[in-house]
Amino acid sequence: MSVISIPDFNQTIPIDKVGVEERVSRLNKRSIKKESKVQALNLALSMIDLTTLEGKDSEGKVIQMCSKARMPYAPMPHLPSVAAVCVYPNMVTTAKKALKGTSINVASVATAFPSGMAQLQVKLDDTKFAVDSGADEIDMVISRGEFLKGNYNFIFDEIAAIKEVCGEAHLKVILETGELETYENVRTASDIAMYAGADFIKTSTGKISPAATQPVTLVMLEAIRDFYGDTGIMVGMKPAGGIRKAKEALQYLVLVKETLGAAWLTPDWFRFGASSLTNDLLMQIVKQETGVYQSLHYFSED
Amino acid sequence: MSEKTKENEAEATANGSPKPTSPNADLKHDFASFWNYSPAPESSDFVEIREQYQHYIDGSFSVPAKKRYFKSINPATEEVLAEFAEGTSEDVDKAVKAARKAYDKVWSKLPPRERGKYIYRIARMIQERARELAIIESMDGGKPIRESRDVDVPLAAAYFFYYAGWADKLDYAFPGRKAEPVGVCGQIIPWNFPLLMLAWKIAPALATGNTVVLKPAETTSLTALKFAEICMDAGLPAGVVNIVTGAGQTGAAIVDHPDINKIAFTGSTEVGKIIQKSLAGTDKKFTLELGGKGPNIIFEDASVDQAVEGIVNAIFFNQGHVCCAGSRLLVQEGIADKLIKKLKQRMETLIVGDPLDKNTDIGAINSKMQFNKINEYIEIGIKEGATIHQSNSSNLPDKGYFCKPTIFTGVAQSNRIVQEEIFGPVLTIQTFRTPEEAVEKANNTPYGLAGGIWTDKGSKIFKISQKLRSGVVWANTFNKFDPTSPFGGYKESGVGREGGLHGLYPYVNLK
Repeated sequence: MSVISIPDFNQTIPIDKVGVEERVSRLNKRSIKKESKVQALNLALSMIDLTTLEGKDSEGKVIQMCSKARMPYAPMPHLPSVAAVCVYPNMVTTAKKALKGTSINVASVATAFPSGMAQLQVKLDDTKFAVDSGADEIDMVISRGEFLKGNYNFIFDEIAAIKEVCGEAHLKVILETGELETYENVRTASDIAMYAGADFIKTSTGKISPAATQPVTLVMLEAIRDFYGDTGIMVGMKPAGGIRKAKEALQYLVLVKETLGAAWLTPDWFRFGASSLTNDLLMQIVKQETGVYQSLHYFSED
Repeated sequence: MSEKTKENEAEATANGSPKPTSPNADLKHDFASFWNYSPAPESSDFVEIREQYQHYIDGSFSVPAKKRYFKSINPATEEVLAEFAEGTSEDVDKAVKAARKAYDKVWSKLPPRERGKYIYRIARMIQERARELAIIESMDGGKPIRESRDVDVPLAAAYFFYYAGWADKLDYAFPGRKAEPVGVCGQIIPWNFPLLMLAWKIAPALATGNTVVLKPAETTSLTALKFAEICMDAGLPAGVVNIVTGAGQTGAAIVDHPDINKIAFTGSTEVGKIIQKSLAGTDKKFTLELGGKGPNIIFEDASVDQAVEGIVNAIFFNQGHVCCAGSRLLVQEGIADKLIKKLKQRMETLIVGDPLDKNTDIGAINSKMQFNKINEYIEIGIKEGATIHQSNSSNLPDKGYFCKPTIFTGVAQSNRIVQEEIFGPVLTIQTFRTPEEAVEKANNTPYGLAGGIWTDKGSKIFKISQKLRSGVVWANTFNKFDPTSPFGGYKESGVGREGGLHGLYPYVNLK
């Protein structure tokens, strides 16, 4: 790969809001039936990052979640396990231990999640602590305040610095699109993150509304496509927060399929940050296999 | 952005040398190898199609005078769908007499508000039977169910609703003047949007107090006769709407009938000219909606991904059987490579196939005749030296008339594929350097129906659109229709406007 030169981020890439939303609504008209539905439900399940990010998180809760991550629904042991669990840095050791012997990754949020309102050194230490505890993936937040000021170099340098601390761990960069507001901002932030070394770009922390939306995801997928075309480097995508229904998950998969293609339709390149989605996917999978809907009581809450 | 990535290549861009492209410009996305959509056909079981259909004259179905019938086929399967009555001048005469009687005795005497009620009722009944009408439209014409379900049928209902509203408000449409109906209207509609074109024609005519004799296209008569059933169910007085099926000869009999007061025609420019000739010297009013070769202009500052989507909507909507299609793409040179690459990528995700499948993007070409014509033009394009590109990932069904989405690059303004209307999923791509050049190329055809402008800059939209000799100009979108908006052409694209307040004028005499 030859040297990648970095574009001028002050050069706004025009994004037409109406056009983006129209494209999404057209893609939502894809009708996913029969085998393609079963295939997609299983695929979506395998792409989930089971997440718990609350102040009241306990080790017990994390261990329970890890057990669900391994086997989402005990009566059907053939179902795939989820892709990763996502926790705060001080829960990484616990999660790591609970998932020993599996291929499930442990992701840790870092960099003063969710606001990112801290000194760089604090963020680096936060990240280092998570990585040293064994995190396979780091979910960092960008400094939205600096971004909205137009301080793009600051954002770039910060991401690059965190990336360095990550070492082997994969870096997901959370843009918190709900605070960036416009699609143009989302696009610029995506580009900065990718050129600064992100392995994944992620929509939201889940703490701000709106979290992930399909139009925002489409804008980010198109940014990934352009970045791939310009550099040959694949970057992953993770919409997070607000995705609760299996039907929506399938719509997201259609977005990925028709924007980036088959190569991205794996947990290595696409993730859902959506814990509550798991049970709806399970309900639909059980329905497809048995022909009847189970009540929600049959599925574990965590 | 990508143009500026490589310094060493930037140096090589001295005059005349090729523009720098991204080192990975040939990176391909694979859209087909994994997770393909299972068939999702709309069920047509409950749709009732008779073997034989008659004319609808004077409130009932009537056997044609010569008792001759012609067959209509489903272009996606090449199987016969139904037989339709072949209209002769006797049939047309009978229909015109019925329409005249209804006009004199009933419809023109009815209080406007009562007329409105009938039209509202028709609109609601179209909505109630929307699913059936959409399926029939797709079976008969080959258009994808996604379009007939989401565009054709809802819009047809919307036109009836809109003009129903005008029925008792004509005094406000023409303040200080009295709008009188013109009488009996002869209406001839095309095969690309059968029910929707029927709505464009019948709705304003009835709202203003006229009665009609309508002839649907010979390949797509079915929804018009379903509409006849709706008129009967709605209790519309006999003779207000008459439908005579048939081909060109039937149309000529309508145009030439001495007791018709107004002709409305939508179709090819060729036939439009013949009609205008035969109307010369008569006092018939007329409107003509004819062909087009719409320019779709993409400026450098456009939002590229959305523009690509707009190009797809402009030319591949309804298999390109759209008079206002954006069939000539004009791209500013700086983004041409990037845009064409993205367009080619996007074409790979277009699904060509069974019109009744909910995932189909491009259905069947309407008829064998049209299928042959499109293929002829593709041949011509290749002979003219243009570079052809067709999507690879779509496998065409074995039966039926299907055509891959096609683009031509390296074309000249003088090429036939640039000048002539193809009426298929075939796009020509030219580049331009300055806005002036774009306008010049855009206007350099005998047509002037519709065009598109793509730019992030509002002032540019207004500046350029005013210079386009075109009845409709869409900005940052394409092929959007609304009953409140007038539609019609400049130059050889037609005479008169349909839709909106303007669409009332051809159907009234103002006092």
